[in-house]
Amino acid sequence: MSEICPPQFKPRRKPVDQHKLLKSNGKLVRNASAPMSDEQVLEALRLMMVGRAFDTKCFSLQRQGKMGTFAPLHGQEASIVGSAMALNPATDWIAPQYREMPAALRQGLPLKNIILYRQGHPDGGVIPEGVNVMQFQISLAAQIPHAVGLAWGMRLQQQNGVAVAYFGDGSSSEGDFHESCNLAGVTNAPVIFLLQNNQWAISTPREIQSASTDLASRAPGYGIPGVSVDGNDLFAVYQAVHEATQRARNGEGATLIECHTYRMWAHTTADDPTRYVNETVEKDWARRDPIERVQKYLASKELWNRDTAAQWDEEINAEIQAGFDAAAAHPPPNPESLYEHVFETPTATLQRQRRAHLQQER
Amino acid sequence: MARLTMVEAIRETLRAEMLRDERVIVMGEDVGHLGGVFRATDGLQQQFGSQRVVDTPLAESVIAGSALGLALSGLIPVIEMQFLAFSQNAFHQICQQIGRTRFRTRGSHSAPITIRAPFGGNVKTPELHSDSMEPMYAQTTGLKIVMPSTAADAKGLLTTAIRDPDPVLFLEPLRGYRLIADEVPEGDYSVPFGQLRTIREGNDITIVTWSASVPVVEEAAEQLIAEGIDPHIVDLRTIVPLDEEGLINAVEKTGRCVIVHESPAVAGFGAEVIALVQEHAFYSLQAPLLRVTAPDAPYPTPGVEGYYIPDAAQVVRAVREALTD
Repeated sequence: MSEICPPQFKPRRKPVDQHKLLKSNGKLVRNASAPMSDEQVLEALRLMMVGRAFDTKCFSLQRQGKMGTFAPLHGQEASIVGSAMALNPATDWIAPQYREMPAALRQGLPLKNIILYRQGHPDGGVIPEGVNVMQFQISLAAQIPHAVGLAWGMRLQQQNGVAVAYFGDGSSSEGDFHESCNLAGVTNAPVIFLLQNNQWAISTPREIQSASTDLASRAPGYGIPGVSVDGNDLFAVYQAVHEATQRARNGEGATLIECHTYRMWAHTTADDPTRYVNETVEKDWARRDPIERVQKYLASKELWNRDTAAQWDEEINAEIQAGFDAAAAHPPPNPESLYEHVFETPTATLQRQRRAHLQQER
Repeated sequence: MARLTMVEAIRETLRAEMLRDERVIVMGEDVGHLGGVFRATDGLQQQFGSQRVVDTPLAESVIAGSALGLALSGLIPVIEMQFLAFSQNAFHQICQQIGRTRFRTRGSHSAPITIRAPFGGNVKTPELHSDSMEPMYAQTTGLKIVMPSTAADAKGLLTTAIRDPDPVLFLEPLRGYRLIADEVPEGDYSVPFGQLRTIREGNDITIVTWSASVPVVEEAAEQLIAEGIDPHIVDLRTIVPLDEEGLINAVEKTGRCVIVHESPAVAGFGAEVIALVQEHAFYSLQAPLLRVTAPDAPYPTPGVEGYYIPDAAQVVRAVREALTD
C-alpha cells in the first residue's frame, strides 16, 4: 500500500474486541454490572425460550408437512431479544428480516398472526393498528431503507421514536444496506442497524461476504458509529442497543451494531447444512449458548432452578399451543383474497378478473 | 385558466399540494437547491425549506425504499427519479416493496407515494436516459401508472396521484416539458384515474396512444384529415388503472385500430390493448389491429434516435394500411 494512505484508512488486520458483559458460565465479566433489572432479565429469558420452543414446534410441523418453509432463530436469541428489550414498543419500530419472531412478539404482534404467516395464510401479513412492526422481509436488505425512512419521518414530525432494522452478514453485502447507512448518516435519522452476523448466508461463510475484519467497521465511512458486540450475550446486546437508542433520541443519529452470533440450525427448513458446516466450530458455538448463560446467571441469583425450568416449559408450550389453536380457528384462505388489498379500491381490471375467477370456482 | 407549459403545471401542482397538506414532502436528486435538472421543483425548497424539499444522496433504491418508511411514519412522499431509466436501480423497492405493501399486510400498511419520473426521447440526452419503461412497470401489481400528455392533465392527474392512497408512478414526457403548453384550470383541479381522454371524435379509425406519442399522433391526424380520413383519437392517460370500457367502446366505434407508443413492440402496452380489444370487441373488428412502436432494439445514441421513435409518417402509413382491408 502506498505511503500516502493515512494509517486510519488502512484496513485492520485483526477484528476489534467484542463488547462482552455476561460470560458463558453465567458470570459477569470483571467489574461489570448487569444493565438490566432482574425483572427485565426474566422477561428476556422468557422471550428467548418462547422463540426457541416455537421454532422447535414449527420444525416438527414442517417435517410433517403441516407448515411451509421457515427460517429458525436457534443461536441468535440474545441478539434478537437483547435488542428488542431496549426498545419502547409504544414509540419505537422494528423492520425485521425473518428470524425475529420474539422481537415482533414483544412489539405486540400476536403469535396467531406469526403462525398464520408461517402457514402461508394471507392474514398472516396483518399487523394490528398500533403494533410498530413492519412486515417480515424475505428479500434481503430491502427492509433497511424502510427503517431509515421511518426513523427519518419520525424525526421530521418531532416524534421521539427509533427504528431498528434487523439483517445479517449476507445482507450487509447488498446495495440497500450501503445506501441506507449513507442516507442515515446524511439525514441523522434515529435508526439502528442491527447486523446479526450469524457467520452464514445459507452456505456462504462470513469471510466471503467481505474482506473487512469487522462488518461494523464500515460505519465510520458513512459518518455513523459502529459497535461490535458478543451477539450471544444478552447484556452486551441490550447495552449497545440501549445506548444507541439514547444517542438516536438525543438527535445524534444512527448506529451500526454488529452482533457476533451463530446460526445453530439450518438456514431454513429447506437447507442441508451438513454439506458445509464445520462440526468443531459448531460445537464451540454451542458452548456459548445465549439462553443457558442467562439461566446460569439467574440461578446464581436464585431466580432459576429445575422447578422453574419445568414450570416455564409447561407454560411456554401452553402459550404456543394457544397460538396454534387461535390460528386453527381462523377462517381458511379464500380465492377472493387474491383480489383484495392490491389497491384500496380495486381497478376495473381486477374486478373483471375477480368475477371471472369466482364464477369458475363455483 | 392560464396557459402553462407541462413543467410549470407540474411545479404549481406540487406547490399547491404542499400548501394544502403539510405531510407532503418532495425528495430526490437535485430537487432542492437546484430545483431539479428540469426545474420541475424550482423554488419549492426556498418556499418550504430543506426538511420538506430534500436533496438526497445519489441512490435511487434508498430514495424509493426510504419513501416507504416515510409514508409509514405518516408523511406523503413525492419522490423524483431523475430519469425513468435510472429507476431500474430502484426497481426492487418500487415493484416488490412499495407495490406490494398493502397486499402483503392485508391493508394494515399502505404506500401513498408518488414517484415522478421524466422519460422518453428526442431531446438528445446521452444514452441510457430515454427509455419508455411503462410496460415493465405495468406488470408491477399494486402500482398505478399515470402518463399525462397535456399540461392540464399533468395538473389534474398529479393532484389525484398525490392524494391517492396507493403508490403512483407518474411519468412525464421529457420532450413535452416545455413544448407542451395549454390552458390549465386554476384552483383545485383533479382528473380521476382510469378515464381516457378523447382527443378527437372520428368515425373511420381509432388511434390509441398516450403521453409522449400524443403529439406524434396529433401531427399525423392533420395529414390524415387532409386526406379525407376521419380518425377517432384517444389518450389512455393512465395505463393502470386502464379505462377498459372506454377503450373497448372507442375501438368498437370504428372497428379499426392503430396503437402508437414509444416503447418497443414486444410485450409493450400496445399488446395488452390488442389482447383486451380482441377478447371483448372481436366481432366489431373489420381489420387487423396494428401497432406503431419503437423497434425491439435498445434505445440508441442520440444521433439516430429520430429513426427509433415512431413518427407521424409511420402513423399515417399504419392508418392507411388498417383502412385497406
